[in-house]
Amino acid sequence: MSEEAQEQTHGEAAGYGEAGHGAEGGLQIHPMDQFIIQPLFGDGPVAWYTPTNATLWMALAIIAVVILMVMGTRGRAIVPSRAQSVAELTYGFIRKMVEDVAGKDALVFFPYIMTLFLFILMANFLGLIPMSFTTTSHIAVTAILALAVFITVTVVGFVKNGAAFLGLFWVSSAPAPLRPVLAIIELISYFVRPVSHSIRLAGNVMAGHAVIKVFAGFAGVLGIGAVAPVVAITAVYGLEVLVSFIQAYVFTILTCVYLRDALHPSH
Amino acid sequence: MEGDLAHIGAGLAAIGSGAAAIGVGHVAGNFLSGALRNPSAAAGQTATLFIGIAFAEALGIFAFLVALLLMFAV
Repeated sequence: MSEEAQEQTHGEAAGYGEAGHGAEGGLQIHPMDQFIIQPLFGDGPVAWYTPTNATLWMALAIIAVVILMVMGTRGRAIVPSRAQSVAELTYGFIRKMVEDVAGKDALVFFPYIMTLFLFILMANFLGLIPMSFTTTSHIAVTAILALAVFITVTVVGFVKNGAAFLGLFWVSSAPAPLRPVLAIIELISYFVRPVSHSIRLAGNVMAGHAVIKVFAGFAGVLGIGAVAPVVAITAVYGLEVLVSFIQAYVFTILTCVYLRDALHPSH
Repeated sequence: MEGDLAHIGAGLAAIGSGAAAIGVGHVAGNFLSGALRNPSAAAGQTATLFIGIAFAEALGIFAFLVALLLMFAV
């Protein structure tokens, strides 16, 4: 009980305390408690330099990527080991995606896109470990990733094409009276990109984890005879493994699509 | 339960998830019907499938976000 009370004060310190949950009625496990950012050492205000559970799990994601890619390809065997074949398959998969979707001249950006994919994939997968923390469920994390992509794409577009990059907004194949209207729509959709790009990833991951915790709350209420919630948790967990991969894939493939627009802005 | 209008709004916003489900099902169903007619062309279009699903899903996620904001931020 005292632990729960302590957790609640943590939540209030992090600004999530208004959910109004507690012992009186409702679920015992609040589905949103898993997303509370806490300092690793002691408790106190969270500043930008404070090591929190979010920074810990981001660092673990990077370590996981390094273990997979650097350790996996260290042997460079002709007949690859399991880790080496996973690393090689991932490399080939992303390289082919960049080449197919964004074009051959986008291969300059392949290291960046590979980094994005591996980091998001590992953060998603590590977040699926029970009691861990999912960094990609926070819009603060995904918004930085999406903003970096947005700024990169915009700068690349203007550097490569100059003012011709603005042709992206001017649909020359449309009838002339429609073009100004379409230009406004294209402009809005261009600036909504980082919003949808980041919220798609964070929303999918957060929603899935919250669903798992809601079923866990049902299991807590039912007690020992909670067969249905446990089956449901297992099923949702399987779905979440799939969603983790697909959302990392979707994030990277949309990066490739935006990059293609920047490199070849003509409609 | 001290339910107020924000909770009703959050419930209404959750309808958006159903609308997104219709959109995603439409994309995937049409992909499948096309892929069964010409299976040899299907493999090259899976990337397009995922992009289409992602765009359809994004708007449902926006509805979910509105529900979350109404539940926890308002």
